[in-house]
Amino acid sequence: MIDLTTQYMNLALKNPLVASASPLTESVDNLRHLEDSGIAAVILPSLFEEQLTLESVLIDQDLSRGAEEFAEAITYLPNLESYNTGPEGYLELIHRAKQAIAIPVIASLNGTTPGGWVRYAREMEQAGADAIELNLYSIETDMHQSSDAVEDRYCELVRQVKTSLKIAVAVKLSPFFSSMAHMAKRLDDADADALVLFNRFYQADFDIENLEAAPHLVLSDPCELPLRLHWVAILYGSIRPSLAITGGVHRAEDVVKCMMAGAQVAMMTSALLQNGVRYPHRILDDLASWMTEHEYDSIQQMRGSMSYRAAPNPGAFERSNYMKMLSSYALRIR
Amino acid sequence: MTKTMAIVDGNEAAASVAYRASEVVAIYPITPSSPMGELADQWMVEGRKNIWGTVPQVVEMQSESGAAGALHGALQAGALGTTFTASQGLLLMIPNMYKIAGELTPAVIHVAARSVATHALSIFGDHSDVMAARQTGFALLASCSVQEAHDLAAIAHASTLEARVPFLHFFDGFRTSHELNNLSQLSDDDLRAMINDQAVRHHRERALRPDRPVLRGTAQNPDVFFQAREACNAFYLACPAIVQDVMDRFATQTGRSYRLFDYAGAPDAERIMIVMGSAVGPVEETVEWLNTHGEKVGLLKVRLFRPFAVQEFIDALPRTTRAVAVLDRTKEPGSVGEPLYLDVVASLAEGGRNARVIGGRYGLSSKEFTPAMAKAVFDELQSATPRNHFTIGIRDDVTHTSLEYDPRFSTERPDTVRAIFYGLGSDGTVGANKNSIKIIGKQTGNYAQGYFVYDSKKAGSVTVSHLRFGPQPIRSSYLIDKANFIGCHQFPFLERMDVLSQAVPRASVLLNVPFTSAEVWNHLPREFQQQVIEKRLRVFVIDAYAVARDTEMGRRINTIMQTCFFAISGILPPADAIAAIKKAIEQTYGNRGEAVLKKNFDAVDQALAHLFEVKIPDRVTAAFDILPPVPPSASDFARNVLAEIVAGRGDALPVSALPPDGTFPTGTAKWEKRNIAQEIPIWDEQLCIQCGKCVLVCPHAVIRAKVYDSPLLANAPQTFKTTKPRWREFEDLRYTLQVSPEDCTGCALCVEICPAKSKSEARHKAINMAPQASLREPESKNWEFFLSIPEFDRSRLSHSQVKDVQLLEPLMEFSGACAGCGETPYIKLLTQLFGDRLLIANATGCSSIYGGNLPTTPYTTNASGCGPAWSNSLFEDNAEFGLGMRLAADQQTTYARYLVEKLADPIGGDLARAILEADQSKESGITAQRERVDELNRRMKAMDSNDTRDLLAVAGSLVRKSVWIVGGDGWAYDIGFGGLDHVLATGANVNLLVLDTEVYSNTGGQMSKATPRGAVAKFAMGGKRRVKKDLAMEAISYGNVYVARVAMGGGDTHTIKAFLEAEAYNGPSLIIAYSHCIAHGYDMVFGMNQQKAAVLSGYWPLMRYNPTLNPEGKNPFQLDSKAPSIPLKDYVYQEARYTILARTNPEAAAQLLCEAQKDVRRRWHLYENRASMAGDGTGSGKRLEDISQKPESVVAGEPEGGAK
Repeated sequence: MIDLTTQYMNLALKNPLVASASPLTESVDNLRHLEDSGIAAVILPSLFEEQLTLESVLIDQDLSRGAEEFAEAITYLPNLESYNTGPEGYLELIHRAKQAIAIPVIASLNGTTPGGWVRYAREMEQAGADAIELNLYSIETDMHQSSDAVEDRYCELVRQVKTSLKIAVAVKLSPFFSSMAHMAKRLDDADADALVLFNRFYQADFDIENLEAAPHLVLSDPCELPLRLHWVAILYGSIRPSLAITGGVHRAEDVVKCMMAGAQVAMMTSALLQNGVRYPHRILDDLASWMTEHEYDSIQQMRGSMSYRAAPNPGAFERSNYMKMLSSYALRIR
Repeated sequence: MTKTMAIVDGNEAAASVAYRASEVVAIYPITPSSPMGELADQWMVEGRKNIWGTVPQVVEMQSESGAAGALHGALQAGALGTTFTASQGLLLMIPNMYKIAGELTPAVIHVAARSVATHALSIFGDHSDVMAARQTGFALLASCSVQEAHDLAAIAHASTLEARVPFLHFFDGFRTSHELNNLSQLSDDDLRAMINDQAVRHHRERALRPDRPVLRGTAQNPDVFFQAREACNAFYLACPAIVQDVMDRFATQTGRSYRLFDYAGAPDAERIMIVMGSAVGPVEETVEWLNTHGEKVGLLKVRLFRPFAVQEFIDALPRTTRAVAVLDRTKEPGSVGEPLYLDVVASLAEGGRNARVIGGRYGLSSKEFTPAMAKAVFDELQSATPRNHFTIGIRDDVTHTSLEYDPRFSTERPDTVRAIFYGLGSDGTVGANKNSIKIIGKQTGNYAQGYFVYDSKKAGSVTVSHLRFGPQPIRSSYLIDKANFIGCHQFPFLERMDVLSQAVPRASVLLNVPFTSAEVWNHLPREFQQQVIEKRLRVFVIDAYAVARDTEMGRRINTIMQTCFFAISGILPPADAIAAIKKAIEQTYGNRGEAVLKKNFDAVDQALAHLFEVKIPDRVTAAFDILPPVPPSASDFARNVLAEIVAGRGDALPVSALPPDGTFPTGTAKWEKRNIAQEIPIWDEQLCIQCGKCVLVCPHAVIRAKVYDSPLLANAPQTFKTTKPRWREFEDLRYTLQVSPEDCTGCALCVEICPAKSKSEARHKAINMAPQASLREPESKNWEFFLSIPEFDRSRLSHSQVKDVQLLEPLMEFSGACAGCGETPYIKLLTQLFGDRLLIANATGCSSIYGGNLPTTPYTTNASGCGPAWSNSLFEDNAEFGLGMRLAADQQTTYARYLVEKLADPIGGDLARAILEADQSKESGITAQRERVDELNRRMKAMDSNDTRDLLAVAGSLVRKSVWIVGGDGWAYDIGFGGLDHVLATGANVNLLVLDTEVYSNTGGQMSKATPRGAVAKFAMGGKRRVKKDLAMEAISYGNVYVARVAMGGGDTHTIKAFLEAEAYNGPSLIIAYSHCIAHGYDMVFGMNQQKAAVLSGYWPLMRYNPTLNPEGKNPFQLDSKAPSIPLKDYVYQEARYTILARTNPEAAAQLLCEAQKDVRRRWHLYENRASMAGDGTGSGKRLEDISQKPESVVAGEPEGGAK
């Protein structure tokens, strides 16, 4: 019997396959299907503090528009007791998810204010989340703000959230740090329980007919996996927090690679969106077959086997390899 | 005893009781009673229970007659029921009221009394509606104040059960229904104590039930009807005593005592005034003042008007009464006197009392009634020959009925603080003042009153708030004219309004200014400065917009100004005031989220640091005066009459100034320059592709294009822009796109629709918004010059092309519609295409308000003096009204043709034949016919016979008329549907334009049968559960009706073609036009985008059904839009009416969205199948795909002219 179990932060998981935050995990029915098809943990969609603020402002604008302007129509929309502009809906989702499934439920949070991060994280914990993933998705456009200041802010909020909670805290990062390894170390120092590598940015595309910048969603591709493998392989064994890979995990072989790089879990979104909530079944079957075929007994056995520390050719992770690749490419096209 | 105090308005006061004392509530919106129904619906959704522990059923009907019918049925089946209405709504209930009363059925109708439409519609308050129902057999109970609206509502509900006479409980529309005042609330226990359980059981026992069947509602014959009709007498005889008994029990329960006729004043008064309703307040104040000044006067308040209890009335009058003045708030032309007067005269005669009685009219349509007027009436009673049938409050210089009064007389108590605030609807002033009243009323121990006046515009509306508070209960049911505090929240008002005229000496003034306290003085008009100095006013200023900007409040300056008001007035210690304001903010906006609370709190915290007192110079330095309301170039009528109304001095206009039959000139909106836009569109002639889309979508006709000869530019202002036309045929001419800066509302629809973007800076378009202030003067000159350029020759244009339509003169301009309105572009288009021969029958609603509300009218004329002739009959009868217009036009044409034939010799055989045989199917033919008729008129003027005189009167009808029946979905889908259906069935050549906003927009967004599934609306707070009616398919079922569904933003050419085809079709036409609306809950700048999304999602398929294709064997049904290409949610979730439900009840929203998406698919398949049928209906016709490839290329009316 192959042992697929893994330990992600303080969560004992039956296998390393986790459904990452996406619209799929918004529905309790989907969560049930995901559990039935073998997924080991789910991450709920991110609660965006900025969105709560925006929604609050928008609902105020919508209700105020035209109000008290005309004697026959003092208002145009009914005045309800609440418009649920707070996190209540999200907290309710956590609650219902916990009731519906037995696997761990990880809440995801993207805050904008220090107070907001801590407050919503606490509320998520109280609502029953087994762990929290801090989604550090932000686009820093202020030219007067240094990278140091940004990193200080991230570390400080991780520290604050950590000290406010009992449950584990994972941090989902973008790859755009000048010194990723140093940043990982700082987050380790800030007491993060896991690092999730990497966030994918949904960038605007240009509509050149209408001269408009339009939001553009492209699902992940397996070709995005190497970047993640690369960094997990480098970080594995050098820092305390668990490591997770998200982005580019589409097949059982990808899961194997994640584990070999040193990740505790492999997270999927695009593959689930493309193939449906039953897809984990197939991945897990394929994973078991592959491991059987290659005579692996457990996930633990392969974890980190291809990391920077353990790889037979660690130079592949370094600059010299980059130059080698370039020159070989140049040779090929000649 | 009841102790719970609240600050509420009269509507809530009455509805609170009605809801709790009812099981079934049938409702229909009508101003000013709509809030009662809305509250009942809200309470039902919130699960509030009545006093029997169940949640009442609140059901919206299709009309007030429907509501009365449903109420009647509910009552017959044993429920306790109520309804709320006013004005025309009450009139529609009258047939059922006779039935309900005739069957001795306990029920209560609560009425916010309002004028009945006569020479004009008015939404304001008087008793003409309730007086029209006084003969129905309902008891009529009148409340004078907010507290009484609450108390007498309870007394009505209790009395009706015991008396078995149904009750109409009324209070004055707006004055009481919308006034905020202190209320001692009745608890459920109070109500339970008042309602007689045995009477309730008896009512239920009388219910129609199959297990104990009876039959009610028989038809009776001459033998017994009369006797049976008299059989109810005993109930009416007993009713007054029952009501008094209930009133007495009420007094025991609550400590508040009422009588059928309540007397106040000197016990030995000689002069008595008799009134009902809110006028009681000012009369009572006057009585107290006069009696303390040595006079002996009294007031008799009539509470139970029907059944009129003669003996109780006689007993209530002091024995010393010598002279009586009866005031009626209604008018019955041709009667001996008004109803209350007649009852008093008859009662005194019957009671054997000898007193001189005079009657008079006052306060029609919320005309102010003040102590000064009441004093004039008492003074009149003192004269040797007091005038009877007088009027008070107006100057009647025609039949000389009016009494003079001294407006300086005042009974205002010195310990009452009086504050007036001028604001814009959009700046939140009224909302903040409502909160201030609640704060003062609850936290200072003061009594408080708030009343709010709005102008008749929906965009840039000026609001005036009147706040009183003091240690004594406030009964002053009239506007403040002596204010201790004046707040002007909009600096631009000062250039056109005298806001200080009501300021008392040493009053405080608070201004929101874009200057520092040191700079501001020189920006104030002469009259303002003069009054500040003469009255020794203290002036405080704040740049509230700067504070709002810094605290992310946008244009909402309400809480900032509110904080300053509390600081200046010193009503509460500063810290307490700020805490109270924040608490009020939390209560008002708490449901909108923390971010909103935070920015409001920030604004409050920032306000005082920016408040400064102005050091007042000792002399007037201003070099400018308040601007005249209309320019000197305006017509005499505009300057003498309309200008006075614009300036807020309409009250002073004498009777002779006003047309006696309600007829007004058109084309007057152009005189009322409102300057409400912060930013206006500015044209970049280099980028413009002259597509005409901006002109087409402009809701206010403020952006226009002309093509003209270049020599006309000789006297052009320096900044006037011009370029080469992008029409091959007109290349040697010039083109200009011009904006009217002072009429623009700044909605930016034009900029949003503009497709031309700069190649080097994508955000820069061919038109861009820019601040109005600096552009106002030069662009006004440019606009004036632009207007002086002659209109382009219509015959050279293709009327079916958007590009050419921009050059057709609009004959509807500068309406008071909302900025970005989705309706007016359609009407404007209508006037561009057919304006000079257009008759419009307009249903009551938004379009009748922005189309016909004084002071000015947007419909206008072309250079020949021709333009739309417009009228509004009612809400419910518009289709029939328009049919009548068609019949009249046709009949006059027939008669004119008969006369032309008869007079062929004298007028000339060739001309007569040409007139009679004219082909008027196209505009060119109509123009030629118009010229022939002009010639006919010229020739006939030289003749003098009865026939020529007759023909002169009707000769105009020889030119083809276009009759359009215009209204909203409330009319077309609901209240007027029966008529609409019938008119379609007549086959008459009328065109019906339904401006479908999918709610009752004018009354504030109540659900109609056009409301889509899943949308939240008033009366559908939980999201509408059922599908929207497909009016198009219903009309198509006749086969001979031209039908089109259009959406300008989804297909502008399609829209134009549909209008042309509908008009060309010689039979009934129905155009259902998607109209985005402020009630949909999003920024109207995106209105056309949403229209497009509605079409792309398949929610609003564009289609036409043209019966003229039938004889050609073609399928008349044409589906003109492509198959759905975006999911419904991408369209609907841009609008708060849908997202609100997704927030508050995501499961229901998801379910309804799913069903709504199925609706879209189902309808699409239906349309697709219908479009694919052959002309004979056997199928195998043209497939949808063929059409959908070319949505705009379908054949419409043959293009005219050669421009294309």
